[in-house]
Amino acid sequence: MVDNIKQQLNVLSNALRVRNQKQEILASNIANAATPNYKARDVEFEVELARSLNVGPLKTSNKSHIAVTSKNLPGKVQFRQSVNPSVDGNTVELAVEQMEFAENAVRYQTTLDFINSKVRGLMGAIRGE
Amino acid sequence: MDIKNIYHIAQRAMGAQLVRLNATASNLANADNIASSPQDAYKPVKPIFETKYFDLIRKRGISTVDAVTVQKMDIDPIKEFKPGHPMADQDGFIYRAPVNIEEEYVDMLEASRQYQNNVEVISTVRALMLKTASMGK
Repeated sequence: MVDNIKQQLNVLSNALRVRNQKQEILASNIANAATPNYKARDVEFEVELARSLNVGPLKTSNKSHIAVTSKNLPGKVQFRQSVNPSVDGNTVELAVEQMEFAENAVRYQTTLDFINSKVRGLMGAIRGE
Repeated sequence: MDIKNIYHIAQRAMGAQLVRLNATASNLANADNIASSPQDAYKPVKPIFETKYFDLIRKRGISTVDAVTVQKMDIDPIKEFKPGHPMADQDGFIYRAPVNIEEEYVDMLEASRQYQNNVEVISTVRALMLKTASMGK
């Protein structure tokens, strides 16, 4: 029963965690916007979420199958391809980072709203309303 | 100090930008300083920024920035021939601080812009964290 409730929130809680990780990386990029030779980084949300759920590009139909991506592997932080590279070797573009940060914040908020409505639904079911 | 969370990232980045603003303010304040020898002339200072990583292997991509040192720029002072000047040396030359005011202004604007960006990060994260703390209510 408790496991069932946990399963209900599994995807959403993982999504929230990945959003938080992405936000930390984007904040690092913004912090280093004026550091020469700093290379902007980012994670791909979909890939990271799939990894945290132990879902890979290969189907696992049996318990002993191993998905290609595993949550035990470290996260794949990649470098951003800059639109307009600058002379000092820094690949942070403030407009891009700000946009990404804003988008990530909105998506974090949305995930939070989903969790809230899920919890509300579960509470309703428990109370029998 | 270790970087523990997003607040530390922005906090240290803001600190670094403040060092930069301080350097710019010193340069602007000394822009028209005059000395009687090239050694005594004021030289503009610039902070050196360096990325500080959260983990040694740089795997997580989390980092912040530190102004590690403030260095004097290697430019010669502007030599001017002013024989009657009270600060002039025996050959009649004075040495003006080689501060490029336009460059300093641009630097100041950029530093304040970066500072604002970090403030924006903090206020967004704070709002989100407060919402997370009241999750399920």
